[in-house]
Amino acid sequence: MEDLKNILAEHPFFKGLNEEYFALVVGCATNLRVDAGKMILREGEDANQFYLIRSGKVSIQLMTPNKGPIIIQTLHEGDILGWSWLVPPFTWHFDAKAIELTRMIALDGKCLRMKCEDDHDMGYELLKRFADIMTKRLESTRLQLLDIYGDRS
Amino acid sequence: MKTFIFERSELDRLVEILKRRDYKVIGPIVRDSAIIYDELTNINDLPIGWTDEQTNGMYRLKNRDDAAVFGWTVGPQSWKKFLFPPIQKIFATHKSPKGLDLQNSKKQTSQESAQTKYAFFGVRPCDLNAISIQDKVFLGGPFIDPVYERKRTGNFIVTVNCGQAGGTCFCASMGTGPKAGTGFDLSLTEVLNDKHHYFIVEVGTELGSDVLKSIKCIKATDENLTTVNEICSKTVKQMGRLLDTSNLKSILYQNSEHPRWERTAARCLTCANCTMVCPTCFCATIEDVTDLAGKQADRMRKWDSCFTLDFSYIHGGSVRASAKARYRQWMTHKLASWVDQFGTFGCVGCGRCITWCPVGIDITEEARAIRENQS
Amino acid sequence: MATDPELLSLKIDYKRNPMLPWPFQIQRVKHETEDTFTVELQPLGALEEFAFQPGQFNMVYVFGVGEIPISISGDPAKSRMLVHTTRAVGTVTKAMDKMRRGDILGIRGPYGTPWPIDHANGLDVVFVAGGIGLAPLRPALYEVVAHREQYGKVVLLYGTRTPLDVPFRQELENWRARFDLEIYVTVDRAMSGWRGNVGVVTNLISRAPFDPRNTMAFVCGPEIMMRFTTMELHKRGVDNEHIFVSMERNMKCAIGLCGHCQFGSVFVCKDGPVFQYGKIKDMLVKWEI
Repeated sequence: MEDLKNILAEHPFFKGLNEEYFALVVGCATNLRVDAGKMILREGEDANQFYLIRSGKVSIQLMTPNKGPIIIQTLHEGDILGWSWLVPPFTWHFDAKAIELTRMIALDGKCLRMKCEDDHDMGYELLKRFADIMTKRLESTRLQLLDIYGDRS
Repeated sequence: MKTFIFERSELDRLVEILKRRDYKVIGPIVRDSAIIYDELTNINDLPIGWTDEQTNGMYRLKNRDDAAVFGWTVGPQSWKKFLFPPIQKIFATHKSPKGLDLQNSKKQTSQESAQTKYAFFGVRPCDLNAISIQDKVFLGGPFIDPVYERKRTGNFIVTVNCGQAGGTCFCASMGTGPKAGTGFDLSLTEVLNDKHHYFIVEVGTELGSDVLKSIKCIKATDENLTTVNEICSKTVKQMGRLLDTSNLKSILYQNSEHPRWERTAARCLTCANCTMVCPTCFCATIEDVTDLAGKQADRMRKWDSCFTLDFSYIHGGSVRASAKARYRQWMTHKLASWVDQFGTFGCVGCGRCITWCPVGIDITEEARAIRENQS
Repeated sequence: MATDPELLSLKIDYKRNPMLPWPFQIQRVKHETEDTFTVELQPLGALEEFAFQPGQFNMVYVFGVGEIPISISGDPAKSRMLVHTTRAVGTVTKAMDKMRRGDILGIRGPYGTPWPIDHANGLDVVFVAGGIGLAPLRPALYEVVAHREQYGKVVLLYGTRTPLDVPFRQELENWRARFDLEIYVTVDRAMSGWRGNVGVVTNLISRAPFDPRNTMAFVCGPEIMMRFTTMELHKRGVDNEHIFVSMERNMKCAIGLCGHCQFGSVFVCKDGPVFQYGKIKDMLVKWEI
């Protein structure tokens, strides 16, 4: 547990979070190991966790009927996976798969979600942090949408 | 500086002497209701007794009530058409069994090197400055334009100080006239009063001095020099346009998003007239011309204009797609970035772009509008 | 190599006519991806070598079709072989794509400013490339790899459309296998089975292994990609003086005389294509400059 606490404390995502909230987060954390090729979460399933990737590589992907799964983005060491636990209807909208052996810390979103409802200050702290991640993801998705490499001669 | 005077009748002899010295003498001629520049085969081709009336989008020739030779300002053409021809073959190739043969181009180069020497007769001070501006562009390095260099070498230049300003002139604002400073072999000032029609001539070079030896002239007096100054001062007062150049570069750079650009672009037809008549505009494109059999291919250099869409095309589209961006590019180049590139403005105040703009856009008015209402 | 005796007699005086190309013969054409190919060329006639600096470009002339600027993508240490990599997208490049071994192209150059590799001595070197932007950076990579001991960490971050659009694949594999080079490739989209990264190249910057305060970054790709790349480099702490970008504009002459490549007050052909980022950053965000 002490080990988990240190890892979480060093992660930029939790930087500046007050001790009380941080203790709550640590209480919701567990270690997780996913072998290469295994699914981490699937579209449509209940979203009750989020993950902090410690090592390995995870693909966020979408299944298509005729082309198989299309990879939208890959996540790596230090990245945060999953925010559907925070917004209704609390179901995953994409698939996530470990491309390599991946070690993660799973955080119990269901538990945190309830604590956030009780304490909006904490909710705001967490939401701010997720807003930052969402902004970055949206920005890079916009760049991907531009298909800029198709236009340079 | 040595200064002389000679009678009007000696002007004809000056042209003759230049011809005798194997110059191809280019001078002003009335053609197609305008004063243009072409070879002076006959001295009577000079626009004697003509003048011009100019304002935004308007140019008219009118008869004078005297026999002044240089009683007009500038027409649509400038001397750049001789130094930087509108169309010029860059090289020619043909397909040989072994591939690409560039032999022809070698021949072509040697042929052209034995070309005619130009004497430019009747160059206005603004245009003289335009030549020196293009000298910087084409001869300033690191790369030198061989065509320009060839055509510019050995020029004999006779300038004529302006005895009157045109409706769109603003050389006084640009510091390029109405009196020629340097860069000429001979500089004339025409004086015409009730009794006497003569020229005051300033000698710019040894060659000029040598040419003048064959002309009947006498040393100018202080009074003559005063006359030149009086004539030019009078011309300064007549300038049809004014352009305040103080701090102009940074004003234009800082106002690249000024609403005025949009307003002007709404009128601008992007027809490129201003760039064609401009004596300093130097942009060119290259066209490939092949014969029908596909054996022979020539590369032609042609005047181009930043007002075309094609000008800024990179794969996928044009960088300057809007008329606003293209007008802004042209004017900012003339009055701002040219200073960074070549150390002077790219505008000499000849007013041609104002006169020949079909919708009468006036560069001095545009600069003023931005200056007076900076964002 | 077949040499036309007629061509041997050719002696091009670049000062007399800098617009005249020199004939080069195609030795090899290699298709890198569906639309990208590499040509290896040797000069004909009296010219035996073609020296250039990484980042420079040539004007490439196809008989009767036209002439375009293409960056040099080969190894600067191998001056007997001139290498160009380009995408077949325009009239000239499509005509080039149809050419085969033995065909002749006209070349004049090299032109433009190089990547200032000597300024990176003793520093970490980060190459950020997007799409065909890898081609102008490849000579700089060769040079840095050849003098590997002179630099700190050497990192290549490369982004392109799909796994099938990665050029120089074998070479990238070889470089990736080296312990002293960090090579990361990312694509905009991929099917399952691609084990590499997916996402924009700027995502790679935050965790790339280099010391931002002792880094020289060389960036080449579409302008949007270069803008976002510099933003990420700034976030890491790399300053404008240590970021160099390569610009693209229309060029007809490559010698500063035709006016087409003006970008504000600079001529991309002779003042660039490689610029210190700080010198042009204000113009990059202005529309239609």
